[in-house]
Amino acid sequence: MVRLLIRRILLGIVVTWVVSMMIFAATELLPGDVCHAVLGQGATEQSLESCRERLQLNQPMHTRYLQWLGRLATGELGTSLANDLQISDQIGARAWNTVRLAALTALIAVPLAVLLGLIAAIRADSSVDRGISIGTLCFISVPEFFTGVLLVYILAVQLRWMPAVANYRDLTRGDFLEVIEALALPIATLTFAVLAHMTRMTRTAVLNVMSSPYIEQAILKGASRSRVIIRHALPNAVAPIVNVIALNLAYLVSGVVVVEAIFRIPGLGTLMVESVIYRDIPTVQAIGMLFCVTYVGFNLIADVMAIIANPRLRHPR
Amino acid sequence: MSAVIDIQDLWVEARSSGGSFQPIVEGVTVSVYPGEVVALIGESGSGKTTTALSAMAYSKPGCRIVGGSITLNGRDLLKLDQEERRQLRGREAAYVAQSAAAAFNPAIRVGDQVIESTAIHQLMPRDDALREAVKLYQRLDLPDPERLSSRYPHQVSGGQLQRLMAAMAMSSSPALLILDEPTTALDVTTQISVLSAFKDLIRGQNTAAIYVTHDLAVVAQIADRIVVMQNGKVMEAGATEQIISRPENAYTQTLMAAVRPPPKSISVEGEGSDQTDDETIVSVDSITAGYGRTETKIVLQDVSVAVPRGKVVGVIGESGCGKSTLARVIAGLLPQRSGEIYHHGQALPHVARRRTRSVLKNIQIVFQMPDVAINPRHRVREILGRPLDLFIGLSASARESRIDELLELVELPTSYKTRLPGELSGGEKQRINLARALAAEPEVILCDEVTSALDTVVGKAIIDLLKKLQANLGVAYLFISHDLSTVASFADHVVVLYAGRVVEQGPLASVLAPPFHPYTRLLLNSVPELRTDWLDGVVASKAHLDHLGQAVDSSKVGCPFFNRCAVAVNDVCNRRDVPLRQMAQGHTVACHLELDALRE
Amino acid sequence: MSAASQVPSGADLKTRFTPSLIIGLVIVGFWLLVALFGPALAPHLESDIVTDMSYAPAGEVGLLGSDYLGRDVFSRLLYGARMTMGLALLVTLLSFSLGVILGFIAAISGRWIDGLMSRINDALMAFPSIILALIVMSALGTSLMIMIATVAIIDSTRVFRLSRALAMDISVMDFVDVARSRGESLWWITVREILPNTLAPLAAEFGIRFTFAILFISALSFLGLGVQPPAADWGVMVKENLQGLLFGSAAALMPAASVASLTVGVNLIVDWFLSRLGGDVSQELMN
Repeated sequence: MVRLLIRRILLGIVVTWVVSMMIFAATELLPGDVCHAVLGQGATEQSLESCRERLQLNQPMHTRYLQWLGRLATGELGTSLANDLQISDQIGARAWNTVRLAALTALIAVPLAVLLGLIAAIRADSSVDRGISIGTLCFISVPEFFTGVLLVYILAVQLRWMPAVANYRDLTRGDFLEVIEALALPIATLTFAVLAHMTRMTRTAVLNVMSSPYIEQAILKGASRSRVIIRHALPNAVAPIVNVIALNLAYLVSGVVVVEAIFRIPGLGTLMVESVIYRDIPTVQAIGMLFCVTYVGFNLIADVMAIIANPRLRHPR
Repeated sequence: MSAVIDIQDLWVEARSSGGSFQPIVEGVTVSVYPGEVVALIGESGSGKTTTALSAMAYSKPGCRIVGGSITLNGRDLLKLDQEERRQLRGREAAYVAQSAAAAFNPAIRVGDQVIESTAIHQLMPRDDALREAVKLYQRLDLPDPERLSSRYPHQVSGGQLQRLMAAMAMSSSPALLILDEPTTALDVTTQISVLSAFKDLIRGQNTAAIYVTHDLAVVAQIADRIVVMQNGKVMEAGATEQIISRPENAYTQTLMAAVRPPPKSISVEGEGSDQTDDETIVSVDSITAGYGRTETKIVLQDVSVAVPRGKVVGVIGESGCGKSTLARVIAGLLPQRSGEIYHHGQALPHVARRRTRSVLKNIQIVFQMPDVAINPRHRVREILGRPLDLFIGLSASARESRIDELLELVELPTSYKTRLPGELSGGEKQRINLARALAAEPEVILCDEVTSALDTVVGKAIIDLLKKLQANLGVAYLFISHDLSTVASFADHVVVLYAGRVVEQGPLASVLAPPFHPYTRLLLNSVPELRTDWLDGVVASKAHLDHLGQAVDSSKVGCPFFNRCAVAVNDVCNRRDVPLRQMAQGHTVACHLELDALRE
Repeated sequence: MSAASQVPSGADLKTRFTPSLIIGLVIVGFWLLVALFGPALAPHLESDIVTDMSYAPAGEVGLLGSDYLGRDVFSRLLYGARMTMGLALLVTLLSFSLGVILGFIAAISGRWIDGLMSRINDALMAFPSIILALIVMSALGTSLMIMIATVAIIDSTRVFRLSRALAMDISVMDFVDVARSRGESLWWITVREILPNTLAPLAAEFGIRFTFAILFISALSFLGLGVQPPAADWGVMVKENLQGLLFGSAAALMPAASVASLTVGVNLIVDWFLSRLGGDVSQELMN
């Protein structure tokens, strides 16, 4: 098992490395060079030169890649092409908003999804199950901006229960209740986005286990329903459920970008979108790397959990 | 004395794919008295498992009990609520499933599962239960009984798990034991020891038992009475002796007729029919083959076999011995590592695509699983037409009438031409498979376990068809099977494979008569015979059963059968290369022992 | 064992309409008609400014009111249907052809080619889709062509993985071995033996990828990186009119609800189809 774990972790490192190369290579995709593309037709020779200077385009590619990796590691990301601010300062200022949004969502969505999934699985084919099934199917299908807009329209505009727009910049030091009030709608939106996946996959995982012959065997030994589920089904369903959770946490990374845009939350997602519009490539690369490492990390955790939870691997012959 | 279980006029329905409920058990009546074993026998779909499970007031998901009464120890189960039924399960009645590997929870230690019934019903403290379990292990001849409980299911072999299932069922000393095909998934040499362990246990505890199976020979060893079922109805019920020797019902008679006589009782006229003047069509010479890129997974080693024109060469061996691999190598699906395949003396390319059209035409293959061997998206006409187009080349009308002919040849109506495989039964699909092979007008057909996925009666019909085709068309077969009786019933020449090596081969008569390779002897002795005293006789006379718990050893040094052989000589058999002993005409045995020792 | 455990035959697939399937068919059929004929029936052009009143409520201006520039929301919704569904269909067709062809090539090729293609695919799938799109678009710019190509390629990685797995599963089945033992060519085996057996799951996958494309494109448009104004796209319309929510205008809600109803409709059909095949839409849509 240890060998398998080491192999999986090494694979994660390799994947991260490949991802970093691809992100770096994005700037090399262009005909001509980045500065041409970014500054456009009207750029003077002088401004092009200073841009190239800043991006060190006169150095060979592999040197620049290694330097870039070094800068990523030390957090010295240089200045933005758009506004001459330090990239690391900008990221630092906004990261908290994003992390807080994602973390609070995970805190609510994960237990809720597992609970709903378990209920659906235990009451399989009942009206409760069918209701959950249709409901989750709808939430999987709809875009985040629909949920967000609908929630704002109903709760904030029509019912006036919530503020439609909060001043998120002030929230860095706001007290807990204020934070919750301001973030309630974004969290709800994001929760709906990930909840449905997790619920359905939890249900499937538990049902797969519940249809195994060993479950029938336990029933025929006279085990009660709770004993069948807790002692026989859960140990075998934990791995797939943990896997589902980790995959959905990875999915939060994508969801956060759109939700931040809906509610105009100054987080990493909005910063990245703005940077794409201004073609501030160094900033996009830095944030992109951050998102990808998180994503790869969660996928790695999912696989590691699956390996650890497998009795065949935990107790070799 | 009253019956332990008394099932009267049981009706069970199952939800069909259309959503409506259809009866699958119709008015079945069965009762079992203490110390008695009653067998429910029938083919798939006969409702035997459904009936047996109803004795625990349990029905599979999608099924429901709709009528009748089920009385267990004097109480009508259908009048009990869920909680009362739960109290009975595992305490008064216990269940042994067909596949132990699937019925053990992979995440829980074996011991905890074995004693789980006692824990659920609070019959005894855990320590006592574990001590009792060790005693059960000993009675079931399980190795290392003291430490077995602390293992996980994947750390225990299949045959041992099956015996552990019995321990699990017996741990709470139930009044009724339900055994659902408990030896069907096992190899014939393993089956014998598991079967005798079950029998001892049932006799020792004076338990009532319901034994579900499709195998009459197995039933004869263990059952006191037999209930024959078909399509959810009881066809005939009676004492074992009566059902076996004087079946009255027409269906029972069909079942009995489909049981092949044990190979030992077959008398082959003449001293071997392997005349040297038979022209060899296909032969393999010292083939070594395996899977994967590394050398570690060698499945066949130094195998040489020849198929003469119009003859049947039977290849026999247990699961995993490499017999299917042999067919795949000959068919050009799996390139061999070394050795050659010859067709009329000409060495063939290893991969089918490189072979000439005439070679491809003359060697056809028929696979085991009819469900996956034909493309579900092709109609029968297309399936049979393709080899015609490829190898024969006919005009449109000739092609059409040839397809009709082929269908008639395999005894199917010509209207089947337009059907999709999904609209055929398993036996019909296997006939289409055979017709497809015949369409090429081959010299030899490689038959890989062609009957093992089919019910006995259907399988017998396929064998009869194969015999008829051989007689009429002069086609030769390489007939691969795990079932010695089937092979013995129509092979001219037999090859015994063990762990990827040929341990004995020769004309049928020579192989079935002494001198034997020790493994051949074991195989012959392991095939259950259709008489009630067979098992007791075998167990009483056999010391060799002791070694059968061992897993097949595929090490390349010495004799592969060494660790399971009753007459092995230490330091010789496991160290030195095995000599190939020439017996009579074409009869060879790979064994260290002298001729005299093999003879007795 | 019992009648209940029998595999449903092909005939079953054609029958058994469920209520959710019918709802799905009605929704998707409705939007298809709108996409085809909507612009011809629209009272105004998509860029026409019909009133100087921003966020006019429904009924006062047009059927659904006006947007932030005073354009007719109803007309723009009709134009948006064609734009959004047309783009999604184009992207899906592109990603599907790319993914299926490459997936099949990988499945039937030798170890080397398959390994190489699969590793490249893995690398692309190591990115969250939207982040990968953002990175590419920051480098190459935000034109419509680039967006279509980017989304199609990202989407095709999922199609590649599925079609490769399907082809692999089927290529080890006995009937394919029978064809091999007949000496059939790789082309015959792929087209006649393997392909027909992958059509049902691939059809379901097409629906899933279509939903994904709609969601992906409208999300990019919503972020301001996809379809550019003044063209009417549902995602663009949500972005433009987001501010209007504060004034109680439903101008942003209408296009968002349109996307939602369309994707729900497609998924209801796909879910019905997959449940016939014994799968679950959520696992597929995860990626």
